[in-house]
Amino acid sequence: MEMKPSALYRKRYRTNQVGVTLSMTAMVLGLAALLWILVVLFGNGLAALNFSIFTNDTPAPGSEGGGLRNAIVGSLMMVGLTVLVSTPVGILAGVYLTEYGDTSKTAEITRFITDIMLSAPSIVLGLFVYAIAVATVGNFSGYAGSLALSLIAIPVVMRTTENMMRLVPGSLREAAFALGAPRWKVATMVTLRAAKAGVITGLLLAVARISGETAPLLFTALNNQFFSTNMEGPMANLPVVIFQFAMSPYENWVRLAWAGALLITLTVLALNIVARVFFREKVSA
Amino acid sequence: MTASTSKTPANAIEVRNLNFFYGNFQGLKNVNLDIPERKVTAFIGPSGCGKSTLLRTFNRMYSLYPGQRAEGEINLYGQNILDPKQDLNLLRARVGMVFQKPTPFPMTIYDNIAFGVKLYETLSKSDMDDRVEWALSKAALWNEVKDKLGQNGLSLSGGQQQRLCIARSVAVKPSVLLLDEPTSALDPISTAKVEELVHELKNDYTIAIVTHNMQQAARCSDFTAYMYLGELMEVGVTEELFFKPKRTETEDYITGRFG
Repeated sequence: MEMKPSALYRKRYRTNQVGVTLSMTAMVLGLAALLWILVVLFGNGLAALNFSIFTNDTPAPGSEGGGLRNAIVGSLMMVGLTVLVSTPVGILAGVYLTEYGDTSKTAEITRFITDIMLSAPSIVLGLFVYAIAVATVGNFSGYAGSLALSLIAIPVVMRTTENMMRLVPGSLREAAFALGAPRWKVATMVTLRAAKAGVITGLLLAVARISGETAPLLFTALNNQFFSTNMEGPMANLPVVIFQFAMSPYENWVRLAWAGALLITLTVLALNIVARVFFREKVSA
Repeated sequence: MTASTSKTPANAIEVRNLNFFYGNFQGLKNVNLDIPERKVTAFIGPSGCGKSTLLRTFNRMYSLYPGQRAEGEINLYGQNILDPKQDLNLLRARVGMVFQKPTPFPMTIYDNIAFGVKLYETLSKSDMDDRVEWALSKAALWNEVKDKLGQNGLSLSGGQQQRLCIARSVAVKPSVLLLDEPTSALDPISTAKVEELVHELKNDYTIAIVTHNMQQAARCSDFTAYMYLGELMEVGVTEELFFKPKRTETEDYITGRFG
């Protein structure tokens, strides 16, 4: 047997090497950028992180120390309310798209609008909420912040729910219909349940997405120097605090900004990991 | 097994001049057929001949899909189920269906059975327990699962899953059971179990089974219908159809010259 590689074989081999080199370079560039960000973030963030971050509120200009307690609580409350609002709305809309609307005109239009919402710049959504819920009421509020975040989260939850429910085989739906189950029962008890892991993953990713959003909160929740759980008034939150403190001349403010950035990153990282583990477990089961 | 020796049974289903359309494509052409009560009627024929299509008209499964429609009459104990006023959920509670691939719901074994029952009956906990045991025993699955009723239905083997699906259909006490290639995804041992089950179940239910496997039709049915290109070519007592088919097309198919 002839063992000498043919010209065609050698050409294919060289093409392959070029391809592998290019994709490896791309991977290294991507990873290096991510690593660089993480190294700088962890370096500065860990140095600034201490227990008083969680017990003290954001400091007044010129005062020493301080923490992020009010911003953490504000963020948690606004994200919490957003989850409460966007989970039912997003999931029900997703159920509508797969189980009811499907190919109808209404569903098509809903899908189109969702796609636009998904790619809409968050600052536009922030301004919109400013116009309808801040300018009209006369003051910034945590509720307005949650509303703006919901506008970002709902399309994400909706689309993931739809995609995950589409993965449920039609035979499972038919089997439920074959027992004489009405459509809403098939949708909630069988299809949605079968897609549960994916839907929850979508929710977690939506939370990860909104917990770092700054632009929609700038014009809605604004910020609050003091500790407040009143959602009818302006509320402190991590992204806006980071934004303001990072650009300030005070050294302790800048340190707090790094700590806040690290906190958000760790939260998002944790959410992503939980989502992955959750999804993998459910899919393999 | 010899249906010819028994008295002529009443018909559970009578199909009259049935035409079926997938959009513009005609899937069934003027089908006329009687399905006798408490007998097993098998449908055989090459892929795409319309046997599954026919089965899916008996519980109006096709109504889930816009663009699919049936014309003619299908009388279930004298009531035309193609009537637009027919309540589909009630119909499907009376005409159960088991599919090619096992489709356990993503819930416990117990809840898989209770799901359908709860739709139409309000039973006490102990009555429901009894019903679940009854249905699982009917499907010859009780002994294998009685200690793990709380486990997810998906944790069972393929053959067990299929028997779970049969138990689930039986649990709502339908009068007709439609089996759409119920063993094509199963190993030979599971297949034998399901066939045995079909034999048991016909004491209480009218069964219509679609199969690609002619031996299976010969083994477990009383009547066999041969379909080709959307037409019902021949229907008769299983033994007669296999040994003395009236039409040469049927003979060609069952002897393997074609199909």
